[in-house]
Amino acid sequence: MDSAVRFRNVCLRYGKVVALDGIDLEIGSGEFFGILGPSGSGKTSCLRLIAGFDRPSDGAIELHGRSAASVPPYDRDVNTVFQDYALFPHMTIEQNVGFGLMVKGVNRRERRTRVGEMLEMVRLEGLGERRPSQLSGGQRQRVALARALVNRPSVLLLDEPLGALDLKLRQQMQVELRSLQRTLGITFIFVTHDQGEALSMSDRLAVFNRGRVEQVGTPREIYEKPATRFSAEFVGDSNIVERLDAGLRSGERGVFSLRPEKVHLSTREPAAREHATSVAGEVADVQFHGASVRYVVDVPDGRSMTAVVGNLGSRAEQPAAEPGTRVWLNWSSDDLHRLRESESG
Amino acid sequence: MATAIELPTRQRLGRRISTALLLRPKLLLALLLVPPLLWLGVVYLGSMFALLIQSFFSIDEFTGMIQRTLTLRTYAELLRPAHLDIILRTAAMAASVTLAAAAIAFPIAYFMARYATGRAKAVFYLAVMLPLWSSYLVRVYAWKLILAKEGIITWTAAELGVEGWLEALLSIPVIGGTALSVSHVGTFTVFVYIWLPFMILPIQAALERVPQSIIEASADLGAPPHRTFRNVILPLAFPGVVAGSIFTFSLTLGDYIIPQIIGSSRLFLGQVVFVQQGTAGNIPLAAAFCVVPIVVMSIYLTVAKRLGAFDAL
Repeated sequence: MDSAVRFRNVCLRYGKVVALDGIDLEIGSGEFFGILGPSGSGKTSCLRLIAGFDRPSDGAIELHGRSAASVPPYDRDVNTVFQDYALFPHMTIEQNVGFGLMVKGVNRRERRTRVGEMLEMVRLEGLGERRPSQLSGGQRQRVALARALVNRPSVLLLDEPLGALDLKLRQQMQVELRSLQRTLGITFIFVTHDQGEALSMSDRLAVFNRGRVEQVGTPREIYEKPATRFSAEFVGDSNIVERLDAGLRSGERGVFSLRPEKVHLSTREPAAREHATSVAGEVADVQFHGASVRYVVDVPDGRSMTAVVGNLGSRAEQPAAEPGTRVWLNWSSDDLHRLRESESG
Repeated sequence: MATAIELPTRQRLGRRISTALLLRPKLLLALLLVPPLLWLGVVYLGSMFALLIQSFFSIDEFTGMIQRTLTLRTYAELLRPAHLDIILRTAAMAASVTLAAAAIAFPIAYFMARYATGRAKAVFYLAVMLPLWSSYLVRVYAWKLILAKEGIITWTAAELGVEGWLEALLSIPVIGGTALSVSHVGTFTVFVYIWLPFMILPIQAALERVPQSIIEASADLGAPPHRTFRNVILPLAFPGVVAGSIFTFSLTLGDYIIPQIIGSSRLFLGQVVFVQQGTAGNIPLAAAFCVVPIVVMSIYLTVAKRLGAFDAL
């Protein structure tokens, strides 16, 4: 796997504010790479460095193995889909999409063909004469995508491109983006704060926190084996288990993550206690999510744990527990995953 | 005790009025709009209409009395070579002042909108607005001294040994003269100086509305800075330039003080209106001259619209 983008110990400071603090990252050619983190974690700064809008205060960025230090944004083989789409309001959709080709001096005829193809691909044919202000949010998002892709970049950067869309449209665009990326084979680098989106779309993803990379891996690795407490809590729901007496192999200490769907909830006291650990508690809250039900259970020592139980309907073994019901939570010690403390705290 | 009882009733009255207005939005709109519209409509447009109607009257050349019969004779007088000269001279001056002001204002406005922050921005605003705080006449007379034959410009040119250039400039026919203060070059310089803030501020406002991401998008798509400027920034700032040029152009067309204090004896539109309605007492001709800037501005705005100046609005 060739590397499309490589960060070598990159720092970015704005005055006293540290946006990125020693990023080492390698993104392979043709990868759909997700950058996930809360706002202010440095994800967008990363994209801006790749696009060339900002320069690293320290460290180096390589594009396809070459230092990008002295390459201005307009000479980089990288295009961006901006968070606010940044369409040119004074141009038609066709002119917007054809802008990159126009400044590169592609002749009018070829431009027309390629813009036409692109608009067809994002299913906006027939809207070429309109202005951005006459389009809906979803349509503008597609224009922004077409405007970037028409240049056939080697790397496409997407900065929270689905953030402004409603849920249905977002899910539809997730599928479209994914299949588009597979067809084109372009490296997609995708910034999002939505962990569901990052998990479902990325080949690999990096979890960012406070200007540092917490963990890099495939969605499954990150979900099943979160490296740090931050990863475990930010990606998906997690029970952080610190020192439960039961179920730990003797002598094991530390902090563990336990996913709520791996916790089994029962209204009957479990009989066998061989591989499973168990703790008794009282249901404090029941949150109905449609496909699943989330139970918050108060366990001894003033802590609480969550268990997510699929909404199995008639297949359910036992009636749903009400708040106040005494329940037993049990899990397999194989599902406990040891965490290292976040470097950035 | 009395007040304690009265206060709630008053409040209730206030609330009643608020509620009544809230339920009748058209009444509220009428109350808010009628006074200013009366002012604008009756006092301003009315007096302008009264002036314009005068332009369709004529003056009896022997008695000097105004004949109140509608005629286009006064307008025909505008086309006399001497009058046509004045119109063209004024329009040419207004156009060149506008171009020069736009050229000078753009970089300043650009810096203010896109680079200056915090204190620097405040200083720039102040520097642009400050001249407007002192009297227009004071500033024009100050320029008369600056541009005079014994003034600082002539002196500096002599000290630098470039008085030849100044003389060459002043020896150009039509725009030259015996000194800067009595030439069209001088009039032009002062016009540009006086109207500059009116050009800077709208351009700055237009540039400020251009999101940074659009400029970055242009670079991202492969446009080097000069292409971004030509294809993105300039078209988006153009409505601001046009707004500014409406000020500089119309203000120059109508001004009669600057050319009177600084410039040659050749007249400008405003001066003719001043002379005709005052000393000459030819109100119909003065009124007809007043119509000229209105027509010129209408043509100007039509052309600007055709050029797409308002497309980005």
